[in-house]
Amino acid sequence: MKPLDAAQLALFVGILAIITKPLGLFLVRVLDANGRTWLDPMVGPLERLTYRFLGIRSTGQQDWRQYTASMLAFSLVSCVFTYAILRLQDRLPLNPQAFAPMSDHLAFNTAVSFTTNTNWQSYVGEATLSYFSQMVALTLHNFTSAAVGIAIAAALVRGLVGSSVRTLGNFWVDLIRITYYLLLPVTFVFALFFVSQGVVQNFSSYTHAKLSDPFTVQVPLSDSNGMPVMTNVVVTVHTAKLQADGTPVLKDGAAVWEDVPVRDGNGGVVHTNLPVMVDQKVDEQVMAQGPVASQAAIKMLGTNGGGFMNANAAHPFENPTPLSNFVQMLSIFAIGSALTYYLGRVSNNQAHGWSVWTAMMVLFLVGTAVCWWAEARGNPIHQALGIAGDSGNMEGKEVRFGIFNSALFATITTDASCGAVNSMHDSFTALGGLIPIFNMQLGEVVIGGVGAGLYGMLVFVVLGVFIAGLMVGRTPEYLGKKIQAYEVKMAMLALLVLTLSTLGFTAWAAISPWGLAGLNNSGPHGFTEMFYAYSSANANNGSAFAGLTANTPWYNITLGLAMLVGRFLMIVPILAMAGSMARKRTSPPSLGTFPVSGTTFVILLIGTVLLVGALNYLPGLALGPIVEHFLTGQSQLF
Amino acid sequence: MKTLFTELRVALVATLILAAVCCGLYPLAVYGVAQALFPKQANGSLLTDASGTVRGSHLLGQNFTSDQYFHSRPSSAGSGYDAANSSGSNLGPTSRKLADAIAQNVADYRQQNGLATNAVVPADAVTASASGLDPHISPANANLQADRVAKARHLSRQQVDELIGRNTEGPDWGVFGDPRVNVLELNLALDRLGASSPTSKSNP
Repeated sequence: MKPLDAAQLALFVGILAIITKPLGLFLVRVLDANGRTWLDPMVGPLERLTYRFLGIRSTGQQDWRQYTASMLAFSLVSCVFTYAILRLQDRLPLNPQAFAPMSDHLAFNTAVSFTTNTNWQSYVGEATLSYFSQMVALTLHNFTSAAVGIAIAAALVRGLVGSSVRTLGNFWVDLIRITYYLLLPVTFVFALFFVSQGVVQNFSSYTHAKLSDPFTVQVPLSDSNGMPVMTNVVVTVHTAKLQADGTPVLKDGAAVWEDVPVRDGNGGVVHTNLPVMVDQKVDEQVMAQGPVASQAAIKMLGTNGGGFMNANAAHPFENPTPLSNFVQMLSIFAIGSALTYYLGRVSNNQAHGWSVWTAMMVLFLVGTAVCWWAEARGNPIHQALGIAGDSGNMEGKEVRFGIFNSALFATITTDASCGAVNSMHDSFTALGGLIPIFNMQLGEVVIGGVGAGLYGMLVFVVLGVFIAGLMVGRTPEYLGKKIQAYEVKMAMLALLVLTLSTLGFTAWAAISPWGLAGLNNSGPHGFTEMFYAYSSANANNGSAFAGLTANTPWYNITLGLAMLVGRFLMIVPILAMAGSMARKRTSPPSLGTFPVSGTTFVILLIGTVLLVGALNYLPGLALGPIVEHFLTGQSQLF
Repeated sequence: MKTLFTELRVALVATLILAAVCCGLYPLAVYGVAQALFPKQANGSLLTDASGTVRGSHLLGQNFTSDQYFHSRPSSAGSGYDAANSSGSNLGPTSRKLADAIAQNVADYRQQNGLATNAVVPADAVTASASGLDPHISPANANLQADRVAKARHLSRQQVDELIGRNTEGPDWGVFGDPRVNVLELNLALDRLGASSPTSKSNP
C-alpha cells in the first residue's frame, strides 16, 4: 500500500462527491417531461420528431401496469432485434474478418445479457463479433438498458413522493429523454477523451505488425482433411523428485523436478492420445481494431460493462492509461451517485438523499480496503516460489494499473453492476476475490447499476424502515406514507427471487456434469467460478471468474434465465410497490416518525443490507473463497 | 389485445429510431471527430520503422525471447501476445498449474539474468497480465534485465539505463497509476542505437 494509492482513493471519492449535485440537478430536469436544459435547442427538435414517429404525446401518463407493459414490450422487441442481428451477422455489413453467425444458444445468452444490462460475455469479442454486431446489436442496449434502469428508478421515486396519484410518468418519454439528454451527450465527450488517451475508433481490418524478435510455438499438426494428427504417448506428471523418506531432493537449495509416468490402479503405465505438435514460426502480430471508443464510453456510463475485446477494460486498446482508467471508474459511479441526489431533491429531503449516498460510500470503502489489502499482501504460495513479497498479487493484473487501481476497479465494477474488468478477478487472492462476489450478492445497491442501484437500495430502505417500525411498535412510514403488508411483500419478493435463483442455479451446476465441465480451476476455486457466474448473472453485473467456459448450451441457457429473473422479476414487484405507494396519501411527519436521514438511519440501512442481503450467501461463500483462503495459508494446491 | 399490438408497434419503432441514433449517428460522429482530432490514437498508436513497416503499437506488448531484448511479461493471449485474442490465465490462487508455471518462470528469469538461485524476483516478471498484451514491465524488472541486455549488445550499463529512463513513464499527472517501462518502445530504441550489431542469438 503506497501513499499515492491513498491519494487516488481520496481524489476518487472527492470528485464523485463534487459531481453528484450538479449531475443530480441535471437529472431532475431530464426526468421531468417538461424540464428545460441547455441542450434543448439542439436535442429538442430530435426529441419531438421521435415522439411523432412513435405516435405518443409527451404529456401522456401511465399507471404502473401500463408503465410495466411498455417496459416489457420494449425489452422484448429490442432483445429479438439483437438476437436476429447476431444470427445474421455474416450477411450484414461491416464484417471485415468474415465472422460466422453466432450459435442459437450463444445468441440467446448474448441478447438477454445486453437487454438486461448484464453484459455477461460467453464469447471472445474480437474473435466472434463483426463491427456491425458490436456497434448496433450490442451498443443499442448499452444505451437503452441503462435508460430503462434510470426510468424505473424515476418511476419508483415518483410513486414514493406523489400523493394520492395513480400514474408514474410515461415510459417512452423517460426512455427517449434519458437517452437523448443524458447518455448521448456525456458519452460523446467521454468517447473523444478516451480516443485522446489511445482507445481506437476505426473500421479498419486487423493490423499486421512485423515482430523484431520472431519466436516459435508448438501447434497441433493437421492432416490433409484438417483433422489433428494424434499419437499414443505415456502420460507423465512434472513433480518434485522425492527421496525414499518422502522429502524432496534438493540441489543448491532448490527442488529437483522430474517427469514421472502416471500409473493406473494395476500399476500399468497410462497412455493417452495426444495431438502431434509441430513448430510454427510467429513473425507478425495481428492487432484487433474497431469502433471501440464509442462503445467503451457508454459501457461505463451505463454500467453495462460488456467489453469490445475479450480482456475488456484490461485491454490497452479499451483502457490505455491510468488516466483513462480513473475516468472510466468515475463514469461507472457517476449516474448512480447522482440519482441519490435526485431522490433527495424530488422527495424534498436532501438529507435523505445524502444519507443513502453515505451508506453506499461506507459499504464501498470497506470493500475497497479489504480487496486492496488482500491483493497487496499477495499470495504466500507464490511468494514461497520466489516472488518478492512487496510486489503483491500481479497475476491477471496490468502493470500500468498496479495492485491498487485493479482492486479499486474490481470493487467499483461489482458495487455498481457494471461488470467491466481491468484485471482478472479469477486470479485474485481468495479474500480479494471474495469482495467482488459479495458485492454482487448484496444486490448491487452500493451505488449499483444506473437506476437499478437506487431502486434496489430503496427496497432495503423500505425494509429498514419496516424493521425500525417493528422495533418501536409503530406503523412504519416512509416519506410520509404508511408501509403496509403489500409493500413489504413486494420488497421481500424482489429480494428472495434473486437469492433463490442464484443459489438454485449454482447448486444445480455444482452437481451436474455440464456444470463441472466448464471449470478452469478445481477445488473450492472451481465452486467459486460457478457461484460467481450465477451471482453475476442474477445481479445483472456481467463480470466473471472468466476461466469458466460458459459458452455451452447448458451454461448459456441457465445463465440467460438467471439474468431474466434478476432483471424482470425484480423490476415488476418494484413497480407494483411504486403503484401501491403512489395511491397513498402523504401525511406530515409526526413525533413518532422514524427519520430517514442521519447516523441512525445510515447504520440501520447498512445493517439491513448486510443482514437481509448477505446472510443468504454466507454458507456458499464459506464453501468457496473462505475455505480457499485457509487452504492458501497451508499451501494446498489443486 | 389491441393495446398489446400498439405497445409492440411503438416498441419496434423506438428500437429502430434508437438504433439509428445511438448506433449510427453516435459512433460515426465519434469516428469522424476522432479521426480528425486524434488520427494516430484512433488507429491504434502504431509504431513504424524508417521503411514505413508497422512494427507494433505503443499500447500493445510483444513477445521477446532473445538476450539482447528486454523481455515482456508472460502472456496468456493465444500463443503469446496475440493481439487478436486477448486473455489472462484466469488461474486461481490455489491452482497447481499456476504455481508450476510461476516456479518455471522464476527459474528461467533467474537463469537468464544471472541471479542467485534464491533471489526474489518482481511479481510482474513471472506472472501473466490480465489482457495478455501488457506493454509494460515494472522499473524493478527492467533494472534486473539491464545487465543481460547490455552484455548481449556490448553496450555499457549506463547506455542501457539511459534508454530505460527515457522509456519509463511515471504516474499520469503525478498521481494516477504506477510507474512503468514500455518494453516495445525500449527494444525498438535499442535497435535504433545500432552501435553494435547483436552477436548472441541465444534462446532461439
